Amino acid sequence: MSTASPPLSTLDAGREMQSGATVVRPRPWLAAWTLCRREWVRFIRQGNRVFAALGQPIIFWILLSGLLGTSFQMGGAHLAAPNAAPIGQNAPSTGENIAAATNNIAAATPPSISYAQYFFPGTLVMIILFTAIFATISVIEDRREGFLQSVLVAPVPRWSVVTGKVLGGALIALAHAAVFLLLCFTLNVPITLLTVPAVLVLLFVIGIALTSLGLAIAWPMQSTQGFHAIMMVFLLPMWLLSGAFAPPGNNWIGWIVRINPLTYCLALLRRILYWGADPAVKDAVLAGLPSTLVCTLVTVGFVVAMFALAWRVASVRTTGDAV
Amino acid sequence: MSNSPAIRVRGVNHWYGQRQALAEVSLEIEPGETFVFLGPNGGGKSTLFRLLSTLLPLEHGEAEVLGFNLRRQIGEIRARIGVVFQSPSIDRKLTVGENLMHQGHLYGISGGELQRRSETLLERFKLTDRVRDRVETLSGGLRRRVELAKGLLHHPRLLLLDEPSTGLDPAARNDVWDYLRQLREQDGVTVVLTTHLLEEADKADRIAILDRGKLVALDTPDALRSTVGGDAITIQTAAPELVAAGIRDRFGCTAGVMEGNVRLEMPDGHQWIARLVEAFPGQISAITLGKPTLEDVFIDRTGHRMEAVEEEEPPKKKKRRH
Repeated sequence: MSTASPPLSTLDAGREMQSGATVVRPRPWLAAWTLCRREWVRFIRQGNRVFAALGQPIIFWILLSGLLGTSFQMGGAHLAAPNAAPIGQNAPSTGENIAAATNNIAAATPPSISYAQYFFPGTLVMIILFTAIFATISVIEDRREGFLQSVLVAPVPRWSVVTGKVLGGALIALAHAAVFLLLCFTLNVPITLLTVPAVLVLLFVIGIALTSLGLAIAWPMQSTQGFHAIMMVFLLPMWLLSGAFAPPGNNWIGWIVRINPLTYCLALLRRILYWGADPAVKDAVLAGLPSTLVCTLVTVGFVVAMFALAWRVASVRTTGDAV
Repeated sequence: MSNSPAIRVRGVNHWYGQRQALAEVSLEIEPGETFVFLGPNGGGKSTLFRLLSTLLPLEHGEAEVLGFNLRRQIGEIRARIGVVFQSPSIDRKLTVGENLMHQGHLYGISGGELQRRSETLLERFKLTDRVRDRVETLSGGLRRRVELAKGLLHHPRLLLLDEPSTGLDPAARNDVWDYLRQLREQDGVTVVLTTHLLEEADKADRIAILDRGKLVALDTPDALRSTVGGDAITIQTAAPELVAAGIRDRFGCTAGVMEGNVRLEMPDGHQWIARLVEAFPGQISAITLGKPTLEDVFIDRTGHRMEAVEEEEPPKKKKRRH
């Protein structure tokens, strides 16, 4: 499919030479890039999407940290090393409005880290998830508005269409998460300049995985209502059961958390975020999390599987392709 | 070899679930021809368009487009055909120029070449001053021109259009046809379109009439009309049913009522005018004589009017199939 010449049919070769007509040579990566770029242009032109994808997780983070912070114990006194000062008490003087509010509530326990800190990586993943959802809804709009038809009859392989849509969605998600990441400086999360690129790479990978998953679900759909239903019963629970709220217990829900690949993505994110932390704090925060190797393997497997799934779903020509 | 058809379809069937949308359709379209699939909505023409444009997979039968097999050489076909859909395929949130740019990139055209092709097409379709306008601000006629420009960016040798005049006012319709004529005459592009409008079908070199999935006629407009016997006589009257029954009783010929008028087809129609007026004194307010129209051809071949099966719109939501 990637080459348009020489023509396969001798008949056609003859005619094309006679008429001097040139046949276009499809370039799958150019097609993917242009679709990715289009996602961005459309995204920027829909201001409410910018707000929805970033505003909602921030509100969630502030409210849930406040609500759940009082009952949360991460590590607690028995896990925290005696010489490890509670991180919440070291909150910097700048930008402490959010952190202080939540830390004060959390300090009552007293935990070794505040709930706002525990919930922070989960919120990053939530931002990626929400943005990925919004990005993949665009494929339903593309289908409904007719744009997708012309993409489907263009001489490009479906992997390049999927790559374009997924890359566009993942980059938008990454941009949001990067903005939110700045808030970590209000939390005294021991982030260093070295961890930032690693976190961004991981968030990008999670973005690719979740956008691919969203695309695989949204691709055959005719209406956004159907997608919202899937979002509520599948995507949101997937995030809720990823250890974003609390470490998994030993009940049946704990086991769902353990078989959820997103759990491992989130655990890897926690591990990277606390690279530079004091060993005692690190022990407390990372207690019970799967090893870095397991997390990395699952994350890589997850992204590959999700992209393959999206590619497979998009490769099937269906009667629904016609508007 | 040069006589090879632009499109060759043999024994093509297509089902949407239980409903058969195409039944044993076979036809050939010559290079450089302007060819129309005429039929009511649900007649099967849009399904044929979707198969030929590679949007739907060909399931039963054989077809070739520009000499390439529609089952196995989809990439080759896609690179050579231009497709203009009935529902707009341009992105309304983007400008005219951005739409053309993305289309170019999807077809592997970029840089200076894309720029040159875009400018030529924008000029041809009188869109140069609208290049920076978002498509959502354009009128229906202008949008259709953008669609055409988009479909022609990669210089296709065959242009497929699904109901290109839908939603356009008469002036814009004429514009579209002027452009299609230019394409055929200047560029030798084969133009294949679907329509349910008779006056539009009349402008084609050849017409294939599709009804309920079957190909019921295929020829030039004139040849099709000549197959309907004689002249068409239309009678305006206050009591069409009575008059039609009277004609049947008295003259033993088939007269029907359509849209409140009595219609009949007779050889030597002019001789019947006086006879009919005399036979129903005071009841006929107007009587016209005309050559048969394509509508008459359709009625003759199918036994019903084109609008009669409009309700049989193919289902919009269909289950996935493999």
